[in-house]
Amino acid sequence: MKALYSIITAMAASMLSWAFMAVPSFAQLEIDITKGNIDPTPIAVPDFIGTDSSTRQLGSDIAAVIRADLERSGLFRPLDPQSFIERQTNIDYEPSFADWRVIKAEGLVSGRIVADSPTRVRVEFRLWDVFAGRQLSGIRFATTPENWRRTAHKASDAIYKALTGEEGYFDSRIVFIDEKGSKINRQKRLAIMDQDGANPQYLLGGSDIILTPRFSPNSQKITFMSYENVVPQVYLLDIETGRRELLGDFPGMTFAPRFSPDGNKLILSMSRRGNSDIFVMDLISRSTSRLTTDPSIDVSGSFSPDGRKIVFNSDRGGSPQLYTMNADGTGTKRISFGKGRYSAPVWSPRGDKIAFVKSQSGKFSIGVMDPDGKNERLLTSSFLDESPTWSPNGRVIIFSRETRGRNGSSEIWSVDLTGQNERKVNTPSKASDPAWSPLLP
Amino acid sequence: MTMKYLILGTACAMTLAACASTADPVPTPEPVVQAPAPVAPQPEPVFEQPAPAPQVIAAPDPNLPIPGSAEDFAYRAGGEPRVFFGYDRYDLSNDARNALRSQADWLNQYASYTAVVEGHADERGTREYNLALAARRADSVKAFLVSQGVSPSRLTSVSYGKERPIDARSSEAGWARNRNGYTSLKSGGQS
Repeated sequence: MKALYSIITAMAASMLSWAFMAVPSFAQLEIDITKGNIDPTPIAVPDFIGTDSSTRQLGSDIAAVIRADLERSGLFRPLDPQSFIERQTNIDYEPSFADWRVIKAEGLVSGRIVADSPTRVRVEFRLWDVFAGRQLSGIRFATTPENWRRTAHKASDAIYKALTGEEGYFDSRIVFIDEKGSKINRQKRLAIMDQDGANPQYLLGGSDIILTPRFSPNSQKITFMSYENVVPQVYLLDIETGRRELLGDFPGMTFAPRFSPDGNKLILSMSRRGNSDIFVMDLISRSTSRLTTDPSIDVSGSFSPDGRKIVFNSDRGGSPQLYTMNADGTGTKRISFGKGRYSAPVWSPRGDKIAFVKSQSGKFSIGVMDPDGKNERLLTSSFLDESPTWSPNGRVIIFSRETRGRNGSSEIWSVDLTGQNERKVNTPSKASDPAWSPLLP
Repeated sequence: MTMKYLILGTACAMTLAACASTADPVPTPEPVVQAPAPVAPQPEPVFEQPAPAPQVIAAPDPNLPIPGSAEDFAYRAGGEPRVFFGYDRYDLSNDARNALRSQADWLNQYASYTAVVEGHADERGTREYNLALAARRADSVKAFLVSQGVSPSRLTSVSYGKERPIDARSSEAGWARNRNGYTSLKSGGQS
């Protein structure tokens, strides 16, 4: 595990290069991982073969989603289907590797759709290593035609894993705050969409402010903060049933909620007489215990994936900084020491990094550091970047980016752990406070 | 301004009355301070005085808000019941204290009102930290009003973080306006 982490840290530029190097048959591929900018690996994903018009359409749609997933990752460059020489008619035969080498494809995904009944289809594909001339993986999904998008994302995850050695993150969702209206009159709604921006749905809101939604570990529940009552409080929403529940009835504001990794507890902040402290609520017994007692601001608690540590934000040292403590509130240690103000820490699902927001010289950055505060690295910089959230595999961070000025508005952006591949995430409207789900079951 | 003249005028009238009855050549200023507490224009005592100055009678300004109204509260608080804070600060400036004293006087006079004390932060901070910071601001305002005699049961403090800016500019001037505590009067109405 440790070795894997150090390799991941070392590659810093492209995980793909490492994966290819780890596969002996790719030994001839020489990618210098010390280079700052690695070219994304060219990959060919022809439309999946169909036997009639509906399966052909499905095959074309699925391939398009896979190409888009791989392209957005920044690790792959899907080639233009117009450039393909070979048109495969049966994926059970080896492709003409020479035809794919000519167009410089290093990987080839050839797939087909088979209709078993009007309501059941099989989606099958093979991933070929073009230079080594061999199959890396072959996978079959049995599903319904309506489920084609998720099937495509699952295929992307399988390809990503085969080529990088790491779990993917494409079959996942993002919950966020949909924003409308001018800067001084924003309406905020709770919304959810696929990680690629497809299938947006509005879950709640319009009349009250809703903030900081976060997923439970099984992706079935969302906790958030709402101004539905005079004093804002933390709520729980079941996505499937739509059942919404006020969590406790506290005299002061409760905010900044996040689930524990086992989903049985919620860490949140509570403000009493102006002082914010961190509490843990047992979601089964509904009892709360207080973790911080300092007369300073203590907010934004986030558990380590093993549930044993908590990182949080406090101004007890005179300015907002990051601290860790044990899950019972003991053993507090400051971990941020650089110039500037730190906030909004989130522990990576791999456990090896903490993402945060740092403001310095009028700019806001998304950054990462080790849990002991070492190896701080800033990944972005803008007028206002905030609310980082990790991809399920801990390789990508998405965040809110607010633009400056009277017409300022918020968008969701993504960036790699390496600081590469910064790009806007598709949302139906203006959007903020994203939270990425774990991989869907 | 108008009110000040009125109070001065009233005091003057009372002083003159006192002067007439006791023939004291040097009226002491104490009654001036004690007599009409800083209240909204109340013309009644003026008419009862024996030596009214004509300009005093003319004082009630039709442009002034109706005493005891929410507009009156805002007017007495200096135009708007809002006090401002420094960057990442929640302590009250002298200006803020003076404005809050006026708010407290009014709330003490019109005791049927309740209020939500809102804390606000500017956009230069992350959402959750700003919620905590603005909670401190709301509490600073509430605690000061309570120290001036307003019952804590009449005041609810709510942090809005950076969610409800009043100024859309991303400039020092805009941010300064957005760092505030606002006393939002709730109708308990006048009884």
